[in-house]
Amino acid sequence: MRTRNILYELIRMLLLLILVSFLAFVLIAKSPIDPLVSYIGTNSTLSPEAKQEIVEHWGLNEPVFTRFFKWLVNILHGDMGTSITYKKAVSSVIIERFSYSIVLMLLAWILSGILGFVIGVICGIKQGGIYDRITKLFCLMVKSAPTFWLGLMFLVIFAVSLGWFPIGMAVPMGKLKSEVTVWDRLYHLVLPVITLTVANISEVVLYTRQRVVEIIGSDYILYARARGENQGQIIRRHVLRNVMLPAITLQFASFSELFGGMALAENVFAYPGIGTATTAAALSGDAPLLMGIALISALFVFTGNLIANILYGICDPRIREKEES
Amino acid sequence: MGKTLLNVEDLVVAFSMYRGDSLKKENLEVIHSLSLDVKEGEILAVVGSSGSGKSILASAVLDLLPKNAVVSGKITYDGKPLSMKTTPDLYGKEISFIPQSVDYLDPLMKVGKQVQGVKGSKARQEELFEKYRLGKDTEKKYPFQLSGGMARRVLISGAVMGNPKLIIADEPTPGLDLELAMETLKHFRTLADQGTGILMITHDIDLALNVADRIAVFYAGTIVEIASTQDFLSGRDALRHPYTKALYDALPQNGFKPIPGAQPYAGSLPSGCLFADRCPYRDDACAGAQPEREVRGGKVRCAHAT
Ligand SMILES: Nc1ncnc2c1ncn2[C@@H]1O[C@H](COP(=O)(O)OP(=O)(O)OP(=O)(O)O)[C@@H](O)[C@H]1O
Ligand code: SF4
Ligand SMILES: [Mg+2]
Repeated sequence: MRTRNILYELIRMLLLLILVSFLAFVLIAKSPIDPLVSYIGTNSTLSPEAKQEIVEHWGLNEPVFTRFFKWLVNILHGDMGTSITYKKAVSSVIIERFSYSIVLMLLAWILSGILGFVIGVICGIKQGGIYDRITKLFCLMVKSAPTFWLGLMFLVIFAVSLGWFPIGMAVPMGKLKSEVTVWDRLYHLVLPVITLTVANISEVVLYTRQRVVEIIGSDYILYARARGENQGQIIRRHVLRNVMLPAITLQFASFSELFGGMALAENVFAYPGIGTATTAAALSGDAPLLMGIALISALFVFTGNLIANILYGICDPRIREKEES
Repeated sequence: MGKTLLNVEDLVVAFSMYRGDSLKKENLEVIHSLSLDVKEGEILAVVGSSGSGKSILASAVLDLLPKNAVVSGKITYDGKPLSMKTTPDLYGKEISFIPQSVDYLDPLMKVGKQVQGVKGSKARQEELFEKYRLGKDTEKKYPFQLSGGMARRVLISGAVMGNPKLIIADEPTPGLDLELAMETLKHFRTLADQGTGILMITHDIDLALNVADRIAVFYAGTIVEIASTQDFLSGRDALRHPYTKALYDALPQNGFKPIPGAQPYAGSLPSGCLFADRCPYRDDACAGAQPEREVRGGKVRCAHAT
């Protein structure tokens, strides 16, 4: 039975992916971007005949739906087209850029997940105390601050004023690729990771805290106390047990926020990942790359949601039973 | 009957809360100078209607009241003051609690582990499951997988894990059909006959009469009469308080005569006898607060009880 559920989720995800790509396709097609101008440049000396040839070669005068269908068929053949900005296959641009972004996202994801969980649990247990109130205030403030503003603040404080960290990029400027060490990379990652972690952590803290407060007010905690469990035993045996699964699920379900934050943080720190590539592609009207990024980011977010759904189905005995019967 | 295990004297519980459109916190008194005692080997049933504050009484005895509760009065166990602070070791061992429903079990912890708790053992849990006819696979189940009857027996197993001397049971039979309810009560009777004192809170006087030794009649946050079960069986005249008599008349076997009116709300209690506005015998003597009196071996709060 469970495999059927996963299959169902997968099909749903596939349909959603196609829908999202189509929407992105229509948006880009209807935007003021002229793919021809993007490709040959504004001051092109190409003859009208040559231009016409390109238009026909690309099928630019065909209806949107036909063009989308062609794009889809190409995708299924593994061909994502060629990036105008980078003069390379879209797939290789995405792979290269994504490998940078994924390190950034993964570190921030783990850090915000673990730290946020611990802080949230402590706040929930000490609900209403001074530590809880300060943390809550901080989280609400961070939550309402845009990620790029946070990034700029960190940049100004730690890189410009204090000079502790480099201002941007993934590696030192002017160094040969072969000379770049792991430490260089990590050093350059610190500020972007901190920014993204801080941007993501408030959600985790507030959610975990809320759940812990609910759990502590529940009847089964009363019962545990009546049975002589002390505070530590109650936290270990019941609070953590009940808050863990929703917290982990939320972590996977929040891939979209993570991705969005990553795009902004990368731009602030000129970090050469997917986020900066998106900006570059958008600025130069690079339709194939934009489409590729839209597809990949949707895939990324949906995968997170899929994992969240599956996790719940496997780990929560109540849902597990429902699915098995 | 043995020595007194639990003694509650002049218990008052109030909740500090905002009421109506007032901006100041007020104290809403839900339990008013309540006294009772439970002896070794007896079942004392506290009987009262829904929302009258019975669960709060249980919480007060177990020191489980929420933070906004203001408590006064004396609660002693075996002569010593009882609280989580002073006597933490008693809870879950000598004193145990049977809650109202499986909602009091951790939904994500297997039943066996939960029955063992932090003070029990696996061996004892297995022994109890066998005794209460819970199959070997029950311990691997989660609370939501239990049927009503199984849940009851699981909760009882949890309560007797540490060989308690005193059990507080809050509504042990709701949602059970008559047969299961009687079975549960039979377990209680057996435990009591072996020396355990049981404080059984229920709204079902009929069921209480089946097992209890004494009945404490709970009305509007206090106990208006404590009578032996025998008094109820002997008939109306053996009872002391007008409310108890009215309850007696309302029993199915006595013709189902309902009591007109409703219990007063905790926020607007009359100054004198709490039952005054529904009492056919009310006169000037009822205007003052009604202290507890001994009448014919029972206790009653009524100026005219004889
Ligand atoms: N924390 C609280 N703050 C304020 N009022 C409360 C609180 N807890 C309970 N009450 C009130 O106290 C009253 C008595 O509640 P209680 O649950 O003890 O009744 P009960 O006799 O057990 O009823 P039932 O038969 O439905 O279980 C209720 O009206 C409830 O609204
Ligand atoms: S004190 Fe008076 S009003 Fe109250 S129950 Fe007795 S007779 Fe009735
Ligand atoms: Mg109740």
